[in-house]
Amino acid sequence: MAQHVAQPPATTPALPATLPLKAIAPWALFFGILMLVLLYFVGAEQGATAVLSGEGVHEWVHDARHLLGFPCH
Amino acid sequence: MNSATVRNLLVRGMLAGLGAGVLALIAAYFLGEPNVDRAIGFEEAHAHAHDHEVELVSRGLQSTAGLATGVLIYGIAFGGIAALAYCVALGRVGRFTPRATALLLSGCALLAVYVVPFLKYPANPPAVGDGDTIGKRTALYFLMMVLSVLLAIAATILGKRLAPRLGTWYATVAAVAAFAVVIGVAYAFLPVVNEVPADFPATVLWRFRLSALAMQLILWGGFGLLFGELAERLLNPRPAKDEESRTVATAAPN
Repeated sequence: MAQHVAQPPATTPALPATLPLKAIAPWALFFGILMLVLLYFVGAEQGATAVLSGEGVHEWVHDARHLLGFPCH
Repeated sequence: MNSATVRNLLVRGMLAGLGAGVLALIAAYFLGEPNVDRAIGFEEAHAHAHDHEVELVSRGLQSTAGLATGVLIYGIAFGGIAALAYCVALGRVGRFTPRATALLLSGCALLAVYVVPFLKYPANPPAVGDGDTIGKRTALYFLMMVLSVLLAIAATILGKRLAPRLGTWYATVAAVAAFAVVIGVAYAFLPVVNEVPADFPATVLWRFRLSALAMQLILWGGFGLLFGELAERLLNPRPAKDEESRTVATAAPN
């Protein structure tokens, strides 16, 4: 009985191996930039700077921009 | 094979970001929108006659589809970025399981990406903010955000370097203290922005900012839990799951 209790359960969490930076770099470069462009359109387009003319993007994401903490207008 | 793991984590990060975005959207709609409407009410009551321009997007669309577009894209974008940061952090920040690493990263991201910039340049409802200073305010906000994220990364590296000499506990304390000191200096030297109209209701401003903070807590908390679950399943495919299902299967006939 005591021996059974003393036996530790085989659930030692497996710690992850590191991923080499060389494998991450191409994904980080391409998708990192893509994600930042998305954030720019939600957070700042047609506010301080504008790539597209007009007010359409600004007006469409107006409430999200305020509530996400970006300066809106 | 490693590249495939990065891709799989990235996809899961964006999905978890979308899921967390849905949760944040619910909070935004029920907690945030009433305060946006009150602020717009104030704005309209104080508007001059010349301010009545044609409405490009109706309030009904702005507060539903527009809000959803913004919040969900924000969730997906930060989910993707956080997943890429996770690929770097995994196994490098300390002896944490994939799930614990995800929640730790998410908590740090909440602080670095949102809370630290928010304490200097908090979210503002409509009617607060002078249109002429939008360029300056946007630049300062993004500067604060980038500075905070870079300093958080620097503090993490510092902690790692100090760990062999000071031990994990004191190295972490020293790294966090260094982060706080540099952020404090930045707070002190960056210009103050206060463009709240004199008679703007204080309770609306407080509740608006609180709801904006709640959204971020839900977004990053939800992301940490969702992404942690997905990452754990990807990196440690069912270690104890078989045991569990067998127990359930044998227990079921009884």
